[in-house]
Order: sequence, then structure tokens, then C-alpha cells
Amino acid sequence: MDASTYALASDRLVLFSIAVFALAMLALAVARATRPADVGVPVGVVVEATVAARTSAGVALAERGRSSLSERTGTNLLVLGLVLTIAAATTRGLAAGRTPWANMYEFTLVGSIALVLSFLVLSRHQRTQPVRAVGVWVAAAAALFLGLGLTVLYVPAAGLIPVLDSAWLVIHVAAAIVAGGLFTVGAATTVLQLIRLRQERSPGPVRGASAARLERAAQSIYTVAFPIWTFAVLAGAIWAENSWGRYWGWDPKETWAFITWVCYAAYLHAQATAGWRGRRASWLALAGYAAFWFNFVGVNLWVGGLHSYSGV
Amino acid sequence: MLPHRVRTLTLLVWAWRRLTTMRTAVVLLILLSLTAIPGSLLPQRNVASNPFAVTAFFNDHPRLAPVLDRLGLFDVYASSWFAAVYLLLMVSMTGCVLPRCVALWRDMRSPTPPAPARLAELAGGRRIEMPVPVPEAIAAVSLRMREQGLKPRTHGNELRAERGRVRELGNVAFHLSLLVLLVGVALGKLTGYEGRVVVMEDTTFTNTVSQYDEFTPSVWTDIDGIAPVSVSLDRFDATFETAGQARGEPRSFEAMVRWSVAGGEERRRVIRPNQPLDVGETKFFLTGHGYAPRITVRDGTGQTVYSGATVFYPSDSTFASDGVVKVPDARPGQLAFQGLFLPTAVRGSNGVPLSEFPAPVNPRLLLTAWTGDLGLDDGEAQNVGFLDTSGLTRVGDAATSRQTLAVGESVVLPDGLGRVTFDGYDRFVNFQVAYDPGKEISLVAGLMLLLGLIVSLVVPRRRVWAHVERGGPDGSASVVTMGGRAMSRRLSDVDRVVRDVDRLAASLPGVSHPNTRADRDQPLKEKV
Repeated sequence: MDASTYALASDRLVLFSIAVFALAMLALAVARATRPADVGVPVGVVVEATVAARTSAGVALAERGRSSLSERTGTNLLVLGLVLTIAAATTRGLAAGRTPWANMYEFTLVGSIALVLSFLVLSRHQRTQPVRAVGVWVAAAAALFLGLGLTVLYVPAAGLIPVLDSAWLVIHVAAAIVAGGLFTVGAATTVLQLIRLRQERSPGPVRGASAARLERAAQSIYTVAFPIWTFAVLAGAIWAENSWGRYWGWDPKETWAFITWVCYAAYLHAQATAGWRGRRASWLALAGYAAFWFNFVGVNLWVGGLHSYSGV
Repeated sequence: MLPHRVRTLTLLVWAWRRLTTMRTAVVLLILLSLTAIPGSLLPQRNVASNPFAVTAFFNDHPRLAPVLDRLGLFDVYASSWFAAVYLLLMVSMTGCVLPRCVALWRDMRSPTPPAPARLAELAGGRRIEMPVPVPEAIAAVSLRMREQGLKPRTHGNELRAERGRVRELGNVAFHLSLLVLLVGVALGKLTGYEGRVVVMEDTTFTNTVSQYDEFTPSVWTDIDGIAPVSVSLDRFDATFETAGQARGEPRSFEAMVRWSVAGGEERRRVIRPNQPLDVGETKFFLTGHGYAPRITVRDGTGQTVYSGATVFYPSDSTFASDGVVKVPDARPGQLAFQGLFLPTAVRGSNGVPLSEFPAPVNPRLLLTAWTGDLGLDDGEAQNVGFLDTSGLTRVGDAATSRQTLAVGESVVLPDGLGRVTFDGYDRFVNFQVAYDPGKEISLVAGLMLLLGLIVSLVVPRRRVWAHVERGGPDGSASVVTMGGRAMSRRLSDVDRVVRDVDRLAASLPGVSHPNTRADRDQPLKEKV
């Protein structure tokens, strides 16, 4: 196959993934709407029974019982969509003859992979399992990112401009994208947590995971995402030193990466500070996420600077 | 009433205590992120990729700009208010971390304290009835704890275990790395330098201040001691995308150079973007390139009064480039030329010649000649790239004044003013030269920061206790009470402790009675 065939295949695969993610969103929306009232198996509380049933297998059993047909369908569709987007990114890379994350369109493509993969991994992990509640938003976001990528940000597959031709492109951008996927799942969880907090204050039963469980899940996610973001910023600094002769120059992209970092650092400190823990800390995490997005959209499209490689 | 000095002291102690609290740190972090914003939205001096951005802003907003300037908004990252925020944050952090270093030192060498009074109310708290006598139960719990990586110590019938002490070490390393980073940044900002220079093919640049087009030293830069490096540009090559929508996008830049230090052995190198020439601590970066057309001017008397290459600055991505050649020695009248170099000249839709591709496929030089007094004799400094035509007369009429030349072609100027030949073109490169002696310190700080951060976030520090008592009427059974405590104030760490105790309990034979009122949703209240 030649480059143009790969390029065409990649674009088609993205179209298919959008359709699959849209279906996943519908299935997960049905699952959310029809779920029974929360059985609420808080992590660690286990059925008083014999030794065997007391292990994580017991928790898994209880959880499996809660997973409806529509939720399983939605999750499977997410996996299918993930496979399709990975294939799309791979063929895109083959068409361009390089790593497939060098312009804004490709960021949305690889970013969707990072988002869905993060969600699937986190929803299987015991401590972050409450993120299953935001699956519908993850599917919707993946479809939306890819749709906007194809319609607004699309550029044909091509080679690299010399200044981007570096191993640091692979490392620095990949780390930023992985952190972005985790931040997105975290932000969705935090938003749901804030909604739950409001619901819990009014009398009446609340369905779904409690605000406290969502908060812990979100915190676990940020705890993983923050060092990855830190690494992305440090790798960027090393690259900048090797490319422009200075490791930090307050270029708008650098500044907003710094602002993002400081917001999440403030969040982590706030989580350990009486009076800030909970709702106020959560707003700091959301501020960090907003800064992350402004760095991607605002700085690339409106502000400019040395990092203007958006290709749009 | 207290003596004045005592009151001042009390006030200072109070202020210090407030400054070093976590609450203050959170507020300062929020302030830091807010104060960083304006610098990314307004043009900045010495920061922007476009050095004329601030001047342009002044022209566009003549009333607003001076006000913003007075507030330091065009130098945000060098402003006193930005410095005030990050220095306060550093002081706050240091004040918070230094006592923790002392505590860490003591803590590292002290054993795990005894179990709290109400063990079953701690995280994961429970009672387990084990069908074995006390000594065997202790041995079993101890073994299982060891298997989980908890290192238990037995004190009578109590087991005390702890894990993740390295966490606090990571935490302290992370915070102290920021101070190291500050040292690295300061060293670079105080003793480094950077400069920009244009080097043409077949010419040599020697690293002295006078050879630079632009040189930015720091306060303590040792100007006479800068590295004695010579760099000669033999050739510059560029390749561009030739087809598709990205046609004309650059694909490779290569500057073939010879370099030597202080007349020493000469070496060859290819400098590319991302592959600078690194001589000791001084680095040469390839940041741009362009064309330098070579022309020869003979004046009305037949004398060759100018011959050589002149740097033309590219004005767009097709490398249509502008330049000025001044020939003050020409007779009968001084001459000057405004030039436009088109690497791949085509005729645009409205008949205007333009460049269609950045590589020299069909190079053309368009020249407009001027004559008159160039004003160079009065010794006033002039911008070499700019021609003030106010006192000059255009040579030829409007239709014929601009002449298009291919390589090797000449044009005879009217009125016996002379003759100009387009001999060909050289290429030039822009080198950015940077010397930053603090960058290694900053790199070490960065690695320390990342490592410390990972350890402090990933390793949960927790303590687990088990208390074994006689159970059953005849002492053939025992009752184990166990529970744990997360030694951090993060919620998610409580889950880890619960999981640890769960796993420990699950590995023991017997009937478990989890305490439903155990501390699950509340993080640790006490200060660690």
C-alpha cells in the first residue's frame, strides 16, 4: 500500500470510530438511565462470610451483578472504538512516515485514544472504579473530539518541519497526551462529584456512586496524571534547550503548561488542607483542566508563539 | 502592656506561622497561576517570538499601552509583583519543609509507635477469631504481614508494622528541588548570555561581542572570557516538500560548518535544527536562513565600485526576500538599489512577479535604482537594511525603473550612471548562540523534582497494628484486632490502608468481623 491509501484508510477509520463512540454513548446513556438504585459496595467493605468470599473476588462478584446488558454493550463498543482509533492513528503514521502526533488534528486523534484507554483501564481498577459513572461522557467526548478534528482541524498527512524532527516530539507530546486523557476522565469525575454533592445536600435518595467515592477516584487519577504532566513539561524544557537554546522562555505554550501544573499542584495541596478539601479543591482541579484546554485551543489558534505548529 | 520589642517579635512569629501554613501555600499557588496569565496574552519584551510585538502593540493602542507598561505588564515575568508571589511561595514552602526535614530525620530512626486505643475504629478495622492459641496467631499474623511487605515488630502481644517511610523523603526532595531549580535559573540569568548572528556561505564567525548582530549579556557575564570559537559556513542546504497541500513546507535544513577553538584543530560538523553545535558550554543553534544575492556595480566611469553578496531578509514562507544595496563610491552620482529576490519567480494573477516556492528553482532579482546623496558622508548611523528615498531620485521612469534580472544578466542604467550585474546568490544562516552555565543544575533539579514527586504520590505511607488476645474458654483460640492508618492527609491513601488490612485479614484463617463504623470516609484529622 502506498501513502495515499494509508491516508484514506486512516480518515475512513476515524469516521467509523466516531460512529462507534456515538453508539457507545447511547448504550451507556441507557445503562445510566435504567440502573437500579445504588447497591453501594464501598471499597473495602465486604460481605461477612468465609475467607474466600472476603477477597477482591467478592467485590468483583458484587460488581458484576450490577453491570447491565446496556453497560456491557457500551463498554464493548468503547473497546471497539479504541481499536479503530488505534488503527486510524497507525495508518496515519504510515501515511506520513512519522509519529502520528505532530499537528492539532493528530492530537485529537491520539488524544481520543488516550482518553478512552484511560477510562477503560481506570474503570477496571478497584480504587478508580467509580469512574464508570462518567463512561457516557467519555464516549461523547471521544466522538466530539474526533468529529471536530475531522471537520475543523483536519490537515492531510505530510512530513515534519525540521524543528519538530526530534525524538523529543515522540516523548514530550506523548506524555502530554496521556496526561490529557487522564485529566479528562478526572475532570468528568470531578464534575459528577460536584453534582452529587449538591444532590446529597437535598433530602431524598441519591442514585449512583457517592460524592465521597467519586472524589477519591478523581484524586487517584490526578495523583497519576500530575507526575506524567510534570514529566511532559520537563521533557519539553529539555527539548526547548536543545532546539532554541533555552529551557524556559515563557512562550505562551510554556506559560499555560506552567499554569496547568500550578493549578493541579494547588489542588493536591488543597486536598490536604482543612477548609479546602472537597468542593473547593475540586474547583482547583477543574481550573487546571480549563488551563490545559486553553493551552491546546486558545494558544494554538489565538495567541501564537513559538509552538504554533497547529497546521490549521 | 508588653514592651515594644516583644510585641514585634510576637507579630513576626505570628506572621511566620501564617506564611508557612499549607493554606497560605494554596492561596499563593492560586495567585501564581493568576499572575502568570497576562504575560501569555500580552506581548512581552525578551520573550515573544516576534521581537516587534511590543512596539506594534504601542502603535495600535497608544493610550492603553503606557498604562500597561507602567504596571509591568510587558515584562510580567521580570516584574516585581510576579517575583513577590513566587518568592513568597518559596519562603512559605521552605518554612514548611525545613521543619519536616528535621522531623523526617528523627522519624526515620524511631520505631513505629504503639497501637492507638481503639484499634478497631481505624481504617479497615476489624476483629478476627482465629482457631489457634495466641503464640501461633502472633506468628501467623507476623508472617502474613511480612508477605505483604509490612515489616512488623512484635511487642508482647502487639504487632506494629509500617510501610512507605520513603514517601516523606520524596516529598521533601520534591520541595527542595524547587530551591535548587531557583539556583540553576538564577545562575543562568546572572552569568549567561545569548546572541544572534547572520553568517553567509564562505564566511567565518568568530565568537566575540563585536561580531554579533545582537548580543544580550547578563549582569555578571564575563564578556572577555566568552569561548573563543570560530565557525565557518561552507554550505547551507534546505529541502522542501515538493507536492501536495504541504508543498513548500520545509523538510530539512543543514548547515555544513568547520569550527575550531582558539586556532586549534579544525573540525567539520553539520548543524541542523535540534542538533546544535555544542562547544563546551556554548551552543550554536540554526534558527533561520535566507538568500544573499551577489551583484557587481560599475559606475559611469567604468570603475567597479561594488561587488559582493548582500543579505536579503525573507518576508514570507516563499522566501521572497527584501534587501538594500548602497553604493556611495559611484560616480557621477551615488547609487542605491532596492532589491527583491524571488527564488522561484512566477508572474502572479495581476501581473505582479512573486515567488512560488522557497527553493531557488527560477531565481530572479528585481532591482530599483536610486541616485542622489545617500547621506552616508555625515557619519550618522544608518540602518543597512533600510533606504530613505526622500532625498533621492528614481533612475528611469515608472515603467522601466524596476528591472528583472536572471543570474548572469546585466542592466545598463540610463543617463550614464553605470551598469549592474546579477552574478548569482549565496545563502546565509541565522545562528543563535547561547551560554547558560546554570542549565545542568536546573536539569538535576528537574530530575529530583520528578523523582521526589513520584515517590511522594505513589508510595502511600501507612501503619498497621494487630493486637492478639486469648479467645475461647480454654485459650485454644485467639481474637485478633487490627486496623491501619494512612500517614498522609490524602483520601485515596486511606483506601490503600483499607485494602492492605483487607488483604491481611483475608490471608488469615478464621472468622472476620469488620467494624462497620471503622474510619473509612474520613481522612486523617491529626497533623502529620
